[in-house]
Amino acid sequence: MSYMTINNRKVTFTNEKNVLSIIRKSGIDLPTFCYHSELSTYGACRMCVVEDERGRVFASCSETPRDGMTIYTNTPKLQHHRKMILELLLASHCRDCTTCAKNGVCTLQKLSRQLGVREVRFENNKKQLPLDLTSECIIRDPNKCILCGDCVRTCDEIQGLGILDFAFRGSKMQVTPAFNKDLAETDCVGCGQCRAVCPTGAITLKPNVSDVWKILSDKNTRVVVQIAPAVRVAIGDKFGIKKGENALGRLVAALRRIGFAEVYDTNFGADLTVMEESKEFLERLEADESLPLFTSCCPAWVTFCEKKYPEFRRNISSCRSPQEMFGALIKEEARMNAEKDTRKTMVVSIMPCTAKKAEIKRPEHFTDGEQDVDYVLTTTEITRMIQEAGIDLAQVQPEAMDMPFGIASGAGAIFGVTGGVSEAVLRRLVDSNRAEDLEAISFTGVRGVDSIKEATIQLGDREVKIAVVNGLQSAAEVLDKMKAGEAYYDFVEVMACKRGCIAGGGQPVPIGPRTKKARLDGIYKIDNMAQIKLSNQNPIVTTVYEGILKGKEHKLLHNSTEDVSHV
Amino acid sequence: MLEQIYYDKADEIIASHGAEQASLIPIIQDIQTEYRYLPSELLSYVAEQLGINEAKAYSVATFYENFSFEPKGKYIIKICDGTACHVRKSIPILERLYSELGLSKEKATTEDMMFTLETVSCLGACGLAPVLTVNDKVYPAMTPDAATELIHELRGA
Repeated sequence: MSYMTINNRKVTFTNEKNVLSIIRKSGIDLPTFCYHSELSTYGACRMCVVEDERGRVFASCSETPRDGMTIYTNTPKLQHHRKMILELLLASHCRDCTTCAKNGVCTLQKLSRQLGVREVRFENNKKQLPLDLTSECIIRDPNKCILCGDCVRTCDEIQGLGILDFAFRGSKMQVTPAFNKDLAETDCVGCGQCRAVCPTGAITLKPNVSDVWKILSDKNTRVVVQIAPAVRVAIGDKFGIKKGENALGRLVAALRRIGFAEVYDTNFGADLTVMEESKEFLERLEADESLPLFTSCCPAWVTFCEKKYPEFRRNISSCRSPQEMFGALIKEEARMNAEKDTRKTMVVSIMPCTAKKAEIKRPEHFTDGEQDVDYVLTTTEITRMIQEAGIDLAQVQPEAMDMPFGIASGAGAIFGVTGGVSEAVLRRLVDSNRAEDLEAISFTGVRGVDSIKEATIQLGDREVKIAVVNGLQSAAEVLDKMKAGEAYYDFVEVMACKRGCIAGGGQPVPIGPRTKKARLDGIYKIDNMAQIKLSNQNPIVTTVYEGILKGKEHKLLHNSTEDVSHV
Repeated sequence: MLEQIYYDKADEIIASHGAEQASLIPIIQDIQTEYRYLPSELLSYVAEQLGINEAKAYSVATFYENFSFEPKGKYIIKICDGTACHVRKSIPILERLYSELGLSKEKATTEDMMFTLETVSCLGACGLAPVLTVNDKVYPAMTPDAATELIHELRGA
């Protein structure tokens, strides 16, 4: 155990990797733009500067802790430096805060207030650059970029894509894709993780809020909404509800007040996915071909695999994602009831994810020429809509979902975290409700926050090998190993975002380590509280297989092989 | 898309340096020497061969003033505008050359692909100020008139 003196107080430390983390642990919230514990240290923003007893000023994020160090975090010199840095950042920043999408959650705005910057003495002589609106998922506004490089490192280190990087130098420096290409022309998969780390409004969501308000106001349209598993543990963030708390009931009530006709659970869609994916897995196991089976729920992962590893395209499950299965089901039901109900049915999904916005527009997600899901709203956008409607989520009395698609199993709920899809499929395959069996599955290695997890389970006389991956950089690692013949799996689950959908690109920010933990715990709590643990024991699942789905399982729940040949 | 011969040349240059990430700069320098500019398609190609993200390679290539994605003229004239040359009146030389060649700050290369005119911050030959180079040949103690004459000479050559 070593110690250092911070602002005349002794603080002990052990193996912290830098001085900044010790300062923060000691209760001082030193500001930063470019520091994220999961990314490499960049040391560019200089907000975390500290001073030692000899007056040397250095960035605490890039300093290795030494025993007996004496540092000060708030001397007049440091205050002056920090304010000056902020003032200079603000000088070349488009300061339209009141109309900015990041208003209220912008770190630049927050720190300017916190550190008392009241005046910007310098002129903005930066050239205004055009916005990139080409992606279905995110909007890039280079004029709001402060060059912290968080997006650059996230895209490269976590997602292994490296779509964005710095270009040019000095005052002309900007963050851009290669050759200043539009995002739509790059291999961007739309995961939105760059948006989740961006401290300003330089990368924001592509919003569909006004589109949805418009259809809600149309009396001849019946707007059905579905709520993804990871939304319920994040929606409370901006309403003062405890982090990670399941606010589903409140959300349902708020959605009804906003004007959605019926409110359903994507977890139910996830239950259908479990049914279909398990079936497909067993078929492939039996035939011993096209193994491993890759999960298909995460659209960023599917796009990644298609673009970067097309040779594995056939390994991706033909199952549609839960939101698409659900959308197809609702639309089919509406087509069947067209004579009774003349209203037009539209499906809106509330998702933690930006990539889902692109998923709904893929050609295979149209049934009989009709788009299965019409709009995707991220948790962040529905938060905005609830606020626009003047509803305080914390004060709303919780309500139950509509029937019949409002009942879901615990297996459907855990789709929101890494390992959840595998665990749900395993429950179906083992097909046992006994507490010991459920516990045994949860201990196979599918749970946890490691980037790559391996699990083995005995199915009959076959030992099934599973890999659970989160983060696309890790996915690339696994695929490379498989290509080289160094690893073999029967089933591979990939979620593009670290920790899974709970930390998706459309979730309310900031998403720090504590928030992630709270949301993760929240999801497992929902599963713990669920009376039905297995998707096949969901009574509504049985009903729809005997009803709407009968004879149409493939049409509604799968992508046909012709659909995938377009890639 | 460039003709295959460009990619073959790039392969040759990559092979001479080894397909390692650290060789990116020497490789694109050699490509630029070969074609007098760095074709963007080849930068992407080299990045792919070396296992570097395209955006990272673009980052490197745009960081250095020396790399150009625009084809350059047969004669590349670099006028030094470092402190010593500047005070000894390099700007009038630059302006003369702009009008002589019909170029401007935005348009660096002549239509006939004969001349490219660039300014550089310092050529490290302050004793010879004001100085310019044509394809790395140094012309010391220049004047606007001497510059005009030089252009006529090069055109005749």
